[in-house]
Amino acid sequence: MLEIRGLTAAIEDKPILKGIDLTVPQGEVHAIMGPNGSGKSTLSYVLSGREDYEVEGSVTFDGLDLLSMEPEDRASAGLFLAFQYPVELPGVGNANFMRTALNAIRRKRGEPELDAVQFLKLARAETKRLSMPDDFLKRNVNVGFSGGEKKRNEVLQMAILRPKLAILDETDSGLDIDALRIVAEGVNALRGPDFTAVVITHYQRLLDHIVPDRVHVMADGRFVRSGGPELAHELEAKGYARLTAEAA
Amino acid sequence: MNAASQTGTNAFLARFEGLRERLPGNRAIREGAAAAFRASGLPTIRDEAWKYTSLRSIAEASFHEPLTALASGSDLLGRLPVLDGPRLVFVDGRFRDDLSVLPAAVAVENFAANPDFGALARPDREPLVALNTMLVEDGAVIAVAEGTDAGLLQLISLGTDAPGRPVAFHPRHTVALGKGARLTLLEMSAGEGTYLHNPVAEMQVGEDAVLTHLRLQDESPSAYHLSTLYAQIAYRGTYDSFALILGGRVTRTEVHARLSGEHGATHLNGAQLLCGVQHADFTTVVSHDAPCCASRQTVKNVLSGQSRGVFQGKIEVARGAQKTDGYQMNQALLLSPDAEIDSKPQLEIYADDVKCSHGATVGELDPNQLFYLRSRGVPEAEARALLVRAFLTEALDAVGDEEVRGVLDDAVEGWWEKQAA
Repeated sequence: MLEIRGLTAAIEDKPILKGIDLTVPQGEVHAIMGPNGSGKSTLSYVLSGREDYEVEGSVTFDGLDLLSMEPEDRASAGLFLAFQYPVELPGVGNANFMRTALNAIRRKRGEPELDAVQFLKLARAETKRLSMPDDFLKRNVNVGFSGGEKKRNEVLQMAILRPKLAILDETDSGLDIDALRIVAEGVNALRGPDFTAVVITHYQRLLDHIVPDRVHVMADGRFVRSGGPELAHELEAKGYARLTAEAA
Repeated sequence: MNAASQTGTNAFLARFEGLRERLPGNRAIREGAAAAFRASGLPTIRDEAWKYTSLRSIAEASFHEPLTALASGSDLLGRLPVLDGPRLVFVDGRFRDDLSVLPAAVAVENFAANPDFGALARPDREPLVALNTMLVEDGAVIAVAEGTDAGLLQLISLGTDAPGRPVAFHPRHTVALGKGARLTLLEMSAGEGTYLHNPVAEMQVGEDAVLTHLRLQDESPSAYHLSTLYAQIAYRGTYDSFALILGGRVTRTEVHARLSGEHGATHLNGAQLLCGVQHADFTTVVSHDAPCCASRQTVKNVLSGQSRGVFQGKIEVARGAQKTDGYQMNQALLLSPDAEIDSKPQLEIYADDVKCSHGATVGELDPNQLFYLRSRGVPEAEARALLVRAFLTEALDAVGDEEVRGVLDDAVEGWWEKQAA
């Protein structure tokens, strides 16, 4: 599903990713862990097509050359990034935003667009499943949302857009334990042979709820360890400093 | 005055010479205005108040007297989103009984029959007001009696020209609301060809009265629209206004609002959507003469092509106008590298216990917002359109009347579709 080979990224000549190789087979959930500043968020931005970086290497997504594609084309091909810091859109209603996105993707895929009634039916079912208040869809996108509400709104978008590959960038940060469980359930509900995910997190606790198939540890723009779900527990016990020192 | 300005000034003065015997109303007022206009001339960019708006093209144009309007104008009415209910229609500045629907709850006369020059206009200070006072032929004289809720009244102006013969018209409107009266005035203007629409309006808002004034300026792309409005707000009265400016080649929307009684309030909100080589100037002066009054202004500009927007906003707080609450915000979205905004806020405060703030933001679309939308699959052009509309939606949220809000939303939508085409 996702093949990353020799990926480097720099911003204003400052290297951030220094050679990333990663294979995520279809249907699997991989976790990327690492200390702040290790390059985790940069990786998520580069994959979703943010233009601020000078990028080299190759990324194949579902057989497509991802790095040559515009962000909107990556999305309609089935890629989704749950933002670490979701963006506020004053003046744009949440329902209108999501319907615009869903219909843009459906149009690209040659599928019929949903009218407002059809969309609201779908959206209400998903908000209910994610235990979100009814006014969630009426409010302006992320405006006046608490940190936890913003993250749940990301998961709601993911549930509505149904991506093939989701990258969740620190979706757990700022969440209390109840919100964390709701978010995790939202992700787990999508799990199956057609859903692949890369979960970026600083802490092991999210991985108690979303149990990954593989865990990769990142430090200074590279992966330093990879292993099964038990690696997350080892990391929690030893801390990043010792683990990366051992790996070096 | 430069040579062009002098030529333009002389042409208008010559018009007055030719018409003076036939114009209605107090001759002394007109002669006084003519003297003031002769002294000041058409403003140039050397005049501080006109620094950002050049009237050179008006000075160089040769305007004619409107021909007697026959059946013309009726087709133009279809260009405006006219609502059911009462409306006063003017074609080339002259009242058209055949196109109007007179209101029941409001006393209406026309200026030609009852020439009321009002009490607020300052032809001695504003050259365009002097020009209007000198040459006004017609207008609406509207009065809402004490305690009456008059509902919605539409005031419509249509401009026409015979090819190659641009006309100028200078209507004079007065609106007076008695104690506790209410009125929603929807003013719309449109037209065809080249013309100068130079209206002066006076709004007298009585004690506890509420005047909601909504404007849709959608003049012809080659028209000039220079409007000056004076509002005086009495004790606990409210003058709540929103102006949507879409049309015209060179336009100015100038408002003088005077809060003369305690606990009065005024909102001077607006949005200017410009493209091509349009130039639109939004100038306000809010005078807090009495204590405990509030004024709010949010003016937004969306500028594409080589268009230029101007905002000049002045808040004056008189000595003794304590507990004044004044707020002013000017925001501009520049959609093209050739668009320009000039923003000039001014505060003149002579009281010591006041809260006054102003702010201005100028920018392009936020790249983070654009990326967020694109990452969700929304193509770039569609994402841009969505964000511009969002910027305007925020401005239009100031309009409480749902029916009128619908009219303005549709006008914005129409403007946007024209841009995309």
